[in-house]
Amino acid sequence: MSENREQFRPPGHENDHFLLTTVVGSYPKPSWLNRARDLHDDPDSEFDDDDWREAQDDASRLITNEHERAGLDVVVDGEMRRNEMVEFFAHRIDGYEFNGPVKVWGHNYFDKPSVTDEVEYGESWLVSEYEFTASVADRPVKVPITGPYTLASWSFNEAYEDEEALAYDLADLVNEEIEKLVAAGARYIQIDEPALATTPDDHAIVGECLERIVSGIPDDVRIGLHVCYGDYSRIYPELLDFPVHELDLELANGDYDQLDVFKNPEFTKDLALGVVDAHVAEVESVEQIERNIQKGLEVVPPEQLTVSPDCGVKLLPREVAYGKMENLVTAARNVEAKLDSGELTPDLN
Amino acid sequence: MTVVSTTLGLFPLPDDARERLADLKGHQKEDLVSGDEAPDIEAVYDEARDDLLTRQADADLDRAVEGQARWDDMLAHPLAVHENVRTEGIVRYYDNNNFYRDPVVTGDLTHSGDLARDLERASALTDSLQAVVPGPYSLSRLATDDHYGSSQAFLAALGDFLAGEVESFPDAVETVFVLEPSLATESLDDGEDERAAAAIDTVAAATDAEVVVQSYWGTYGEKLHAHLLDTDVSALGYDLVTAHDDATYLVQEYGTLDSVSLGVVDGQNTLVESPDTIEERIEWFRDQIPVSEFDTVYATPNTELFYLPVNKFQAKLRALGALGGDRE
Repeated sequence: MSENREQFRPPGHENDHFLLTTVVGSYPKPSWLNRARDLHDDPDSEFDDDDWREAQDDASRLITNEHERAGLDVVVDGEMRRNEMVEFFAHRIDGYEFNGPVKVWGHNYFDKPSVTDEVEYGESWLVSEYEFTASVADRPVKVPITGPYTLASWSFNEAYEDEEALAYDLADLVNEEIEKLVAAGARYIQIDEPALATTPDDHAIVGECLERIVSGIPDDVRIGLHVCYGDYSRIYPELLDFPVHELDLELANGDYDQLDVFKNPEFTKDLALGVVDAHVAEVESVEQIERNIQKGLEVVPPEQLTVSPDCGVKLLPREVAYGKMENLVTAARNVEAKLDSGELTPDLN
Repeated sequence: MTVVSTTLGLFPLPDDARERLADLKGHQKEDLVSGDEAPDIEAVYDEARDDLLTRQADADLDRAVEGQARWDDMLAHPLAVHENVRTEGIVRYYDNNNFYRDPVVTGDLTHSGDLARDLERASALTDSLQAVVPGPYSLSRLATDDHYGSSQAFLAALGDFLAGEVESFPDAVETVFVLEPSLATESLDDGEDERAAAAIDTVAAATDAEVVVQSYWGTYGEKLHAHLLDTDVSALGYDLVTAHDDATYLVQEYGTLDSVSLGVVDGQNTLVESPDTIEERIEWFRDQIPVSEFDTVYATPNTELFYLPVNKFQAKLRALGALGGDRE
């Protein structure tokens, strides 16, 4: 168990046991925010930069409060200011340029950037987002950051000898950003590395990136790593060597068919378990989520378990996203109560 | 030796077509191409095809492809629009951050004519038409069989299916590129390599056009390469971007056919190669092998170009188009 976990237990928490509840990061944007963006992008509109900033602030405040209303212990603002997980950061890093959208699937495209020069830290990435969110939140705030390996893998590399060299330089920039976030008060950072699960042979590169990222970061700052999709058996137990406190995994989507991967050898990190599916537009029942949480207790004891959705939920209808969070929190508190009463005993095997 | 500059098919959609198709079709799985599109959608495809052929003409490519604006599912397209195939969830396209619908074959793969219709329309717009089809082995690996019952029967059926499609291509088609990335990304078992080559041979026998088998993201295993050399195709393709040493070794050790196709432009990177660099890559390959006299060298990108934004795609076309012609 990581010693920095208890700082997120709310004062007056009603159960002795504590399952930390949070989200991975993204959340559906209010439809009016998308309308506002269209207006801002329209050169004929009078919707100026100040109007756009105000709209983003309002959306950020709204979703942060929505997370609190659902009862989550640690909240984010749903990434209201971010368009896409690579593009957002590439716009803020010197050395990147954009040439236009590229296909992901069907008519879904993203503005995949090109690294055309050595990457350097330009403007701050997330400090103002964090400071705003923290100022409107009554709960601790988590900061998700796209990891350097994914930033490198999901860009075109025109400038570096190989992707590995690019990833290491980007890791140094992520480290610089986290130092600024920590100075601003952030205590919970999540590195998102979805690219790792698609290229498992590169886990050593991700490990070296993480060593650079955490260099000089105080121990009381909780560092998580989110890895989604893919065949986890190809990156476990190597994941345990990473210098992070928590591993956040997508398992509900596969109905926990990969759960046994994490039982042997012993899972020595904190486990952030996906207990609702981010790709299914129905709200799981509280009872179903309780059963999912108990899957996590087959891997780690309660003091090592964090409960979250499988992944960012931005593609879901907003009322479904909220319903999932609300039920997730209720289920977690129910499981805590059952653990307190002895009705439920962790069954590590 | 003649250098023929050409490409491997699926292109990025021009911006205007991309936006209009997104508006007309939507962004969800159920909105992808089905083969029976409404006339307003077909009209956008026709305009996109015209645009993509114009871009190739402007770039002075020796052979022009149809551009495959309708191929929402990349190489899986011919199955995704087939009446005896249902499409299921979105699955990863090789080791890329791209996805397609999983095609599940539920009945006989009869001739559909889907590819031929697009080529017929393209043939009216160019005098140097090249068709591009998925190879039977790659298609067998991209799809799920719920009908034929064994991998052997499924592979053979895909060979027959593609042969039927190719047979109905218009006479204007001068070359048929058969794309087989799975031949390089997978290790084929004993027997499987021979069956893959046989299925390709079935496709090649269905046309009088020159047939080129192109693999990428690596190269062929030695046994597989030997079986491919025994087929009736005109040329084998080698990826000199990701596997130049392995590909050269194969040709040094075992030879190749009288013509060759070389992937000399990186289809997945926005760094645009100069014509000089491309020329050097071709010459390097010729210098490495004992016999360097080919009838034809097809100069291509190492993969399809749909991975690129439109401006870089166009620049890569121009770089390739600067090549063609006869050499010493």
